[in-house]
Amino acid sequence: MEIILAILTGVLYTAGVYMLLRRSILKFIIGIIFLSNATNLLVFLAAGIVQGSPAFVDGKAADSSLIADPLPQALVLTAIVIGLGIIVFTLALKYKYFQLTGTDDLDQVKQTDKP
Amino acid sequence: MNAIALPILIPLIMMVILMIVRNNKAAQWISSAGTIALFVLSVYLLLEVNQKEVMVLYLGGWEAPFGITLVIDRLSAVMLSTTALIGFAIAVYATKFFTPAHRESRFYFFFFALLMGVNGAFITGDVFNLYVWFEVMLMSSFVLITLGSKRAQLEGAIKYLALNLIGSMFFLAGLGLLYGKTGTLNMAHLAQILIDDRNAILMNTSAVLFFIAFGIKAAVFPLFFWLPASYHTPNITVSSLFAGLLTKVGVYALIRFFTLFFVQEPAFWHNLLLVIAGFTMVIGGMSASIYYDSRRILSYHIISQIGYMVMGLGIFTPLAIAGAIFFTIHNMLAKTNVFLVAGIIRKLRGSFDLKKVGGLFNSNPAVAVVFIIPGLALAGVPPVSGFFAKFILIKAGFDAGQYLISGVAILTGMLTLYSMIKIWNEAFLKAQPKEYEKEVKTRVTFAEIFPSALLAMASLLLGIFASPVFNYIMKAAEQLSDPVNYITSVLNL
Amino acid sequence: MNSVILKIASRYVRLILFSAAIFALLRGHNLPGGGFIGGLLAGLAVVYKGFAYTFREARQSMRLKPEFLIASGLSIVLLSMIPGILNGKNLMHGIWYKIPLGEAMEIKIGTPFIFDIGVFLTVIGVTVIFLLVLNRE
Repeated sequence: MEIILAILTGVLYTAGVYMLLRRSILKFIIGIIFLSNATNLLVFLAAGIVQGSPAFVDGKAADSSLIADPLPQALVLTAIVIGLGIIVFTLALKYKYFQLTGTDDLDQVKQTDKP
Repeated sequence: MNAIALPILIPLIMMVILMIVRNNKAAQWISSAGTIALFVLSVYLLLEVNQKEVMVLYLGGWEAPFGITLVIDRLSAVMLSTTALIGFAIAVYATKFFTPAHRESRFYFFFFALLMGVNGAFITGDVFNLYVWFEVMLMSSFVLITLGSKRAQLEGAIKYLALNLIGSMFFLAGLGLLYGKTGTLNMAHLAQILIDDRNAILMNTSAVLFFIAFGIKAAVFPLFFWLPASYHTPNITVSSLFAGLLTKVGVYALIRFFTLFFVQEPAFWHNLLLVIAGFTMVIGGMSASIYYDSRRILSYHIISQIGYMVMGLGIFTPLAIAGAIFFTIHNMLAKTNVFLVAGIIRKLRGSFDLKKVGGLFNSNPAVAVVFIIPGLALAGVPPVSGFFAKFILIKAGFDAGQYLISGVAILTGMLTLYSMIKIWNEAFLKAQPKEYEKEVKTRVTFAEIFPSALLAMASLLLGIFASPVFNYIMKAAEQLSDPVNYITSVLNL
Repeated sequence: MNSVILKIASRYVRLILFSAAIFALLRGHNLPGGGFIGGLLAGLAVVYKGFAYTFREARQSMRLKPEFLIASGLSIVLLSMIPGILNGKNLMHGIWYKIPLGEAMEIKIGTPFIFDIGVFLTVIGVTVIFLLVLNRE
């Protein structure tokens, strides 16, 4: 299980970095989404994954070695929510920029960089 | 003890009020009052922490390391007060320098969201909570940087966003690995676990990830490219707010992490920090010298001066850390102030381009005075604050035998002086260029110049009363270099 | 999208989604659920209407505006902190009140629940604003 998830994390990071390096703003945003999902998986993975046992069982205390650690789940949930907010914002920004300039090309984003 | 949470709660209350209040005039008054309340509160906390050393609040009564802990030590208290003072200056300044189109977009709402994030980052004692505050800060700064929605602002926002998002992913990855290795995210608990852990080599993965994350935030040498690309695009009020606060939160986080628990391989980390500090200073200072847009000159100066703060951390004696903290406070005040003055110049002469402005010394001597004080402070001329900050840092460098970095720091001072003299000559001494004469206005209202005058006064007082301030900061630095007190207070040992 | 089936179905689906939201909100303290998830489900109800009609209509049909929802949600969050402070406990300490109902029943209301209601309202408001931002025609 861990091996598969580790490979998946790696693949997501690779895809994310590849997409970040493209010239289109939309692809850049897709890259950000990949990276943020890869990071969430990484947090999950690094904090230890237990197969088939939830964090809480019917409100009763169980043997702590058998149940999953709830903290990384809470962390990842928070991170996903923050990621959602950021992605909404980036998409809105991209849309506004596209409306204003009609381009999706990152190479056009240097009008303000002349000394 | 609940007062510890107020630096977060006051901005939150202000945000709720500002959602309901729709009148611009009322919003301006309320916001200024709110920042004053914040300032009074942080001065109270500053005095309180002077007696109690470390103040701790366990949210919801869940004791460390289980719940979220808010901790104020001397460093946090100093940073909080400086932030509140800058917040007040900006709140007043925004009343005059925001066009109506901007004000409708609820500048003040996101201004308080930003203050909440910054304050939260300064007082939290939990690594994940720090991540959340960083994101609060990031989200509100995204909105602030796009206010106006012209092409320039959106371009700046894209660049700002790209690197900062990658930075926060590094932060989250480092945090996950740290939790996997230690099983805790409470800073004091981490310090207790790691302080004599011999498996130090494993910590380096997290330390590197955190270093990159905070380095992007703080704009240190190889990671600073977002800053000069985006700080000259938004409204000048937003630029000065960012210049004063955002990068310094990154520096604060670096100081906190690398004094409290990433102390395993000092030889490697301190050398790395010193090398980076040197490059940051020199490259920032040299890049500034080729520009004639005042905002770009000042943006590169932010980078150059981040180098000094990192240098203090790299030397790592208590004196050097005190120097870094002193420099951070001085820089927050002076840097915000020069940006504010750049806005005033723009208002009076219609441009940020130094080639198109001039003659301000004769027409507006008051503006010249509020520029020259922070300008000299940044360049490091006595008796203003910057001289003492640099003096402490360089003395600490010589004491520790770090002659190379101290020499670089002294030479960078020349570069800063050159840039400040350039702005001074072009904007104030030189006569107004003939072809741009119709832009000239001479009237400055009190509310426009008051924030700059306030911050200039603060810089001056910081220089004149350098010795009591230094005593306080020296205690803060001693607290940082010997974190036993912090750990025992937070964990209730 | 203009589909009669979707429009008719959306009435019932929205009802179900909203009930599920309230259910998740109420069971949230000790079991999976809570204000955040409830808020997302309730926000989804608005999304559903947005797909069946248009997003502008969906927003106009909301009796409480999203900005108002966020403001009131945040105020409720702030208010939920007051009982703990008045009792001299740490900020955000949970205080529980018992309201007896008849013979053997009682309702327990605590500040964590009030906090959850605040989160619920805020999340609905934020979700709706996000969707409106992304769906400006």
